[in-house]
Amino acid sequence: MHGFANPKRFLGLARWLTPLLLASGLLVAGGALAWGLFAVPPDRLMGETVRIIFIHVPAAWLGMAGWSAIAVASLVYLVWRHPLAAIAARAAAVPGLVFAVVCLITGSIWGRPTWGTWWVWDGRLTSMLVLAFLYVAYIALAQAAEREGVSARIPAIFGLLGAVNIPIINRSVVWWNSLHQPPSITMGKSAIDAAFLVPLLLAALGFSLIFGGVVLARMRALLADRQAEARLRRKALEAV
Amino acid sequence: MSAMKPKHQRLVLVVLALIALVAAALLAVYALRNQASYFYLPEQMRDDPPAVGQAVRLGGMVEPGSLMTQSDGVTINFAVTGRESSRIPVRFSGIVPDLFVEGSGVVAEGRLGPDGVFLADNLLAKHDENYVPRELEGMGEHQAAEMAEETTVGLQ
Repeated sequence: MHGFANPKRFLGLARWLTPLLLASGLLVAGGALAWGLFAVPPDRLMGETVRIIFIHVPAAWLGMAGWSAIAVASLVYLVWRHPLAAIAARAAAVPGLVFAVVCLITGSIWGRPTWGTWWVWDGRLTSMLVLAFLYVAYIALAQAAEREGVSARIPAIFGLLGAVNIPIINRSVVWWNSLHQPPSITMGKSAIDAAFLVPLLLAALGFSLIFGGVVLARMRALLADRQAEARLRRKALEAV
Repeated sequence: MSAMKPKHQRLVLVVLALIALVAAALLAVYALRNQASYFYLPEQMRDDPPAVGQAVRLGGMVEPGSLMTQSDGVTINFAVTGRESSRIPVRFSGIVPDLFVEGSGVVAEGRLGPDGVFLADNLLAKHDENYVPRELEGMGEHQAAEMAEETTVGLQ
């Protein structure tokens, strides 16, 4: 772990890993979506609207995975004080927010023909909306901490606090009666037919690769930002 | 204790804080377990009925064979069933969602009438966790399960 904490070694690794992840992710996700849109048969009850799960479900998983990444990176930053961990947590926030919002929008579009409503305040939908708001708050807090020169410990503590919501989202359909269906995929078995499941898992893999690529690209950008600022400050001092 | 490295101190501190946080969240979730439910199950409505006229939701299965359209053409009567042979009759006037069929899940928004009939203002179809292509429809459940098993053999 300490090996990757070295920014120079990290940058060397990220330089070739970023385009690799992005390109392979676009390829896999594009293929899976084309498969899901054109080759998969319509569902017995939902008909064509079932195709939205190939975006909705991976987006929901990655929306939650994004905050899990923030929580783990925040823990590493708080305990071991690796500066790269704080940067990794910040970098995961924006793609996490995007996936959470995509999940909410696609779910709403699916809910109108299937349930007969765009939105209900049941446990699953509400906790997912809370996750999107937590992302917005985290991004604002991390930016403010950077701008004001406050310790990155404050957003890190918030990242750990917000992680409480992740198991609540996951268990919401089990603990409470909800309009959202209970989990289709549990340990070792799936209530989703293989005709839907295989392209779904493939799409999830593709979107995960894209997620990883975006996080690395944002980490590089944040590191470059910091370097540029340090250089400017040095220049300003020399000029005086 | 003073022999402890600072990073180990921080680790212990963070872990303790996390345990306290998770315990607090579990307590909150436990306290919410009834209030956060989206609807009453039929057995809950039978055993502990809400006040007559209070806006509530009722969720369960549409009893097969119970769906009847009144002579006005838009009012329907059906029964929602749950576990323990609980059964609540429902009346609704309006357009039903596409997925509303006998034997599938439904959430009815409305209130309990004085005669024990649930008067629904709105019906929401509840989709279950099963996703099955049209080709498998009409097969017996056993047959479909067999076919699904055959197609997923390579996945396990």
